[in-house]
Order: sequence, then C-alpha cells, then structure tokens
Amino acid sequence: MSAETPAFAPTTPGLRLDRLAAAWAQRAAGILPLLALVVAWEALARAHILSTFLLPPLSAVLERVWDDTVSGDLALNLGVTLYRSMAGFAIAAVAGVALGIVMARNAAVRWFFDPIVSVGFPMPKIAFLPIFMLWLGLYDVSKISMVVFNAIFPVITATIAAAEGVDGYLLWSARSLGASERQLLREIILPAALPQILTGLQVALPISLIVEIVTEMLMGGTGLGGAMIGASRFADSPGVFAGIVEIAIAGLALVKGIAIVRRHLLVWHQEAEDPTTV
Amino acid sequence: MTAVLTRYFPLLLLAAAWEAVTRAGLVPASALPSLDKVAQAWWGLAAGGDLWTNGVSSMTRGAAGLALAIVFGALIGVLMAWYKPVLVVANPIVQFFYPMPKSALIPVMVLWLGFGDASKVVLIFVGCMLPVTLSAFNGARGTEEVLIWSARSMGASRARVLWEVVVPSALPELLSGIRTALALSFVLLVASELIVARSGFGYMIGWLGDGGAYDSMFAVVLTVAALGFLADRLYLMLMRRILAWRE
Repeated sequence: MSAETPAFAPTTPGLRLDRLAAAWAQRAAGILPLLALVVAWEALARAHILSTFLLPPLSAVLERVWDDTVSGDLALNLGVTLYRSMAGFAIAAVAGVALGIVMARNAAVRWFFDPIVSVGFPMPKIAFLPIFMLWLGLYDVSKISMVVFNAIFPVITATIAAAEGVDGYLLWSARSLGASERQLLREIILPAALPQILTGLQVALPISLIVEIVTEMLMGGTGLGGAMIGASRFADSPGVFAGIVEIAIAGLALVKGIAIVRRHLLVWHQEAEDPTTV
Repeated sequence: MTAVLTRYFPLLLLAAAWEAVTRAGLVPASALPSLDKVAQAWWGLAAGGDLWTNGVSSMTRGAAGLALAIVFGALIGVLMAWYKPVLVVANPIVQFFYPMPKSALIPVMVLWLGFGDASKVVLIFVGCMLPVTLSAFNGARGTEEVLIWSARSMGASRARVLWEVVVPSALPELLSGIRTALALSFVLLVASELIVARSGFGYMIGWLGDGGAYDSMFAVVLTVAALGFLADRLYLMLMRRILAWRE
C-alpha cells in the first residue's frame, strides 16, 4: 500500500497519525469476523454440539499443526508440495509466455495452436490425470506435468491478448528508430504486455496448487495432499483439519506473495486491478 | 462451414497423428489405444448404459452444487455491496478463504458426508460460491451512484432500486464470475469422483484404469473433456444473449 502513496502527499504530522490510527482501526475490524469464526469453532467443538470426530476443537488441530512442525513432517510435506507445484508453475509460466508471444506474432503457429488452446482452456483437464499416471508413473514427473498442463492455458491466453494489445505507435516508433526484432521484443513488447501477463500468472498460480493437491490425494505419498488423504483413510480427523489449515495458509501466502511481486514489477505502471483468481 | 473446418483443422491433424502413431506401432497399445478402439469402446459403454447412468449422476451433482453456489454466492455478494454491516462481517472471511485451494476440502467432505452424492454437492457448492460472491460484489459495488440517486429521487423504494438498478448493472461481472465457477465445478466434480466415489465419470475413469481397460478409460476421459468444453461454449452463448441489451 505504502508504495502507492504519491511523494507529494500532505505530510502534516497530526493528519498522518490520524490516518495511521484509522488504518489500524480498519485492520482490527477486518480481523474481528475471523476471530469470531475461530471462537465459534472452538465453542462448537467444546460444547459437543458436533462430535469431536466431525469437528475437532481448533486447539487440538493447532496442536497437531505444531506437532507436525516440530517433528519435521510439515516441513517435508510442505516442501514437496511447494517444489512440485512451483516447478510446474515456473515451466508453465516460461513456456506459456513464449508460446503466447510466438502465437501473437506468427500466423502459422497461431493457426495451429489456436483451436488447441481454445478447446483446451475450458476443458476439465484434471480428468486426464489417470492417463498421466499411466504414461509418466506415480512420482514427481507425472505430478509436475499435470500442473503444467493445467496452468499453462491461462498464461497462453493472457499473453496472446497482452501481446496483441501493445500500442501500434510504440512498435512503429521503435522500428523507425532502428530497433531490431529482438530489441523490439525485449524493450517494447514484453514490458508493455507485462501487466496482463502477470494477471494470467495470478490466475495460474492457485490452479497449480489446486492441481498439485488433487494429484497427491489420488496418488498418495508425501506432500500436504497425500498426508491429508492418508489421515482421512485412518479417520484421523485432527490430521485432516490440520491439513486444511496448512494448505489454506500456504495458498494465502502464495497469492499474497505474487500480488507483492506484481506491485514491485509494476511500480512504473498505473496499477490495474488485481484479477479475480480461482 | 468451411471457415469452421479451417479453424479446427489442426485438431483433425492431431487426431490423424494419434491414429498414425498407434497404427504404425510406435507406442504400445497399452499406453495409447488407437482412436478407432477408443470410439468402439465409447460406443460399447454408451450402448451398455454405463456411460449414461454414471453421466447422469455426475451431472446431477454438478448442477445441484453449482446452482446452490450461484444462488447463495450472488445473494451474499449483492448484500455485501448494498448493506455495510454485511460487508464488514463477510468481507474478511471471503478474502481469507478465497485463495484457499478448494481441493483441500475433499477429505473433509468425505469425513462429514461420506462417499455419496452429498459430499460432492456440498464440495462444489462451497468451492464455487466464493468466485460468484466476489464477482457479484464487485459488479454491484461498481453501480453508478447517479443511477441509484435518480431512481431514488423518482420515488423507487430501496428494494426496488436493488432489484431494478443494482442487480442489472452487476450482471456482466456476475455472469463472468459464474463462468469461472462453471469451470471450477467440473474440476472439483471429477477430482472428488476420482478420489472417492461409487458412481460418476471420475469413478468410471478410476476403475477402468485400474482394470487396464485403457480404451474405455480414454473414451470416458475424452467424454468429460468434451462435456466441459461444450458447457463453457453453451454458457458463453447464453451469457451473450442475456447481455444483448448492453450496446
């Protein structure tokens, strides 16, 4: 937030303190409903309105999260899940941007890939998971490939739209000043397309995590999803809820992280709205 | 017609390449059954009724969950934009749970509701509700104040303004939020059926794969993919028709 405050904002000390206090009050008001939810969870579980099997008390769940942290299980499972989902996301990001730019600039490539992308994007690609297992086995390769397969489509479509939307005058001016095609790409097209490309990446990031967790649930083994499905098979409900808490925090951290990266990369740009992501 | 053909010709090329590769024996039939085998298997499943009964149970679950998500999501979103107290209470909760990977809820739903329909319907409902809520909220929040003031000054009640001004102006964003939810509902449906179910497309894919009937498995996978694609295209047509009144 502070990065967006213009340098010429009034800096009267009293006014600033007021604003700070108001900002803190707003932040506190924002936490209250979440706190109420937490208290309600604990109270509902303690009062045995629901059995502790269906809803273990939050304190028991947090204790489990703490145990997982101390024993190192959490670090292992979180590390494995993040490694696979982020490796897949990174491959999808690089390949998706490259393919999108080439599609926007080359008619033949565009003709070939356009129907594949427009059919592939809205398809429930998760259904292909057993085929990936059949071809690539049960370990990292099949999971990472599945993440790439799901995450690449929003990146490609966002990149095409972004590269096509680059202002023609910018391109003509750069060309008339003698820019080579490579310079044109690096100095004009990529920076001008960056906001929309980032929006595509912001859609792809949560998809990567969702898909990774589903693949782990289906194949078992290490990882947050695998640990959760294991806990569910053994009717270990604190384990299942601990998994939810861990995954929710990981998801929140990733989404906030990419939003911060966006703000840093786009300081020069009049900021567009954050996209709605899945 | 020829325009459609040239546009989708690359897909035909892919299908031809698939058939050629399997016919030439470049890949083992257990890894990639030939396209005509897959078509035969599809016909067998369709004629035997398996595809139909499992398809109906999948589509019923998906439709029920999505319908609940749309009704409650839109309601909460519009109320958040219209009544400040609702916003204060609901906004932090929505913002906190929105980025959560919804697939994490699958084991909890199994714990709570078992292996049947209810666990899938509730999963889709909960998973798809937040995108709808947020789009309804953003759409309703963006209503031009001038429109609201004019309607009020002409004597419209608050409820009437809500229904005749705020809801229509929120519609474009709400409808694109529902499109996201539609895609997500297919993902959650198939994922939850693959992991735990006793019927449905995902369940079929699972047991056909486990039994080594790969041609049938490919047939069901392609059917689900085609249905997801068709649902999106149909929804897009519906959306254009609903929004035809805007320029």
